[in-house]
Amino acid sequence: MTKFIIILLSAVFINNYVLSRFLGICPFLGVSKKLDSATGMSLAVIFVMLMATAATWPIQMYLLNPNGLGYLQTIVFILVIAALVQLVEIVLKRYIPALHKSLGVYLPLITTNCAVLGVTILNIDEGYTFAEAMVNSLGSGLGFFLAMVMFSGVRSKLEGADIPKNFQGLPITLIAASITSLSFMGFGGVIENLFA
Amino acid sequence: MTEILTAVIPVVIIGIICAAVLVVASKIMEVKEDERFPAVRECLPGANCGACGYAGCDGYAKALVENDSVPTNLCIPGAEAVAKQLSEALGVEFSEVKKQIAVIHCCGDCEHTKDRVDYRGMESCRAANLLFGGKGECTYGCLGMGDCQKVCPKDAICIENGIAHINQSRCIGCGMCAKTCPNGLISMIIADKAQAVVSCSSRDKGAVTRKVCSNGCIGCRKCVKVCPGGAINVIDNVAVIDPEKCTGCGECAANCTTNCILMYDENGLHRV
Repeated sequence: MTKFIIILLSAVFINNYVLSRFLGICPFLGVSKKLDSATGMSLAVIFVMLMATAATWPIQMYLLNPNGLGYLQTIVFILVIAALVQLVEIVLKRYIPALHKSLGVYLPLITTNCAVLGVTILNIDEGYTFAEAMVNSLGSGLGFFLAMVMFSGVRSKLEGADIPKNFQGLPITLIAASITSLSFMGFGGVIENLFA
Repeated sequence: MTEILTAVIPVVIIGIICAAVLVVASKIMEVKEDERFPAVRECLPGANCGACGYAGCDGYAKALVENDSVPTNLCIPGAEAVAKQLSEALGVEFSEVKKQIAVIHCCGDCEHTKDRVDYRGMESCRAANLLFGGKGECTYGCLGMGDCQKVCPKDAICIENGIAHINQSRCIGCGMCAKTCPNGLISMIIADKAQAVVSCSSRDKGAVTRKVCSNGCIGCRKCVKVCPGGAINVIDNVAVIDPEKCTGCGECAANCTTNCILMYDENGLHRV
């Protein structure tokens, strides 16, 4: 049980996908302008990360590894995740239109999101069991959610700030993102010592 | 050669399986879209500006298809050309896009009202309004910091004598200023119709309004009485004119005790 908690917390705080591993920066900068779209995007990412792990972990363990095709990991995962997201979109549109309406616009964006691909590949690299891999994906998704919500707060403050003309727009956003990510370095080593 | 094949064949097989699943799923779980939707969506400019009042062009197209009572002339950037195409695509009667123009409902300039504080904050109406309703005596009036001027794409607004003025010949009726004004002082009126415009938005009681601004509407109801068409009502201590009923006769403007009703016609906005 402790191991699951360690995996979850370290995925959220220490190895935060956006702020420590720098994966999924595109939606982090693109969709974080408003809180509601940031939440919608993050929920979609959590959902897709879990689905993608559930699909790719068995493929790697029972299809690729036994046949000595481990080197095809990246290309097969991209293919499977893209197809999976499309399938999820079709299913949502048919059976849960309300959810499709709130997550729908973000789903195609996630199809080729590097954070999702990163989670699935790192799950294999770390040698996680299926349950551990799922917990890690959940933690990574929550970490993405945390980063998005935090950063949308930062950006709403930037809206009203008196920024020098040269820094307006993307430059100040990148500076703010770097400072936010710097603050997450403070979590390094916390979790290991918490359960030591 | 065999190495290449051992890599290519599994990927191709997985790809084919994925494709097959998607094709089957999209056939089984197909959601029927109104067949007019793509045609309607095609007519719209795709700028997603939101001037129609819907969330982007897709939203407007959807509303048009689903609800027959949604008018086809809401797309302001597309103007008449788009309205015509939409009407054709939907098979409904074409009604022309009425050109709109912005008018400001405040005439509390420096001669008629005073500042009560010396404001030295950000040069923005929105910021100034957050600080006890702005620097002026009247908290409903124009703040004069030019937020509307900044958003106007045609430079049709200038700040003169402490309040915003709209250059009617330059205004294209996009409504950006009306959305920006923190006090909601700007409204859009039909451009080619003569009508009366109340140039005050103060919802304070008459006595309070009179104290802070010599040009404000005090809600005396004189205009309500003289209006031959019954187009005027006093709501929340300020006269409100129903543009549908107003004939532009000018009786109200001529009789207004504080001269806060202006007339709009082909010569622009003016006092009587």
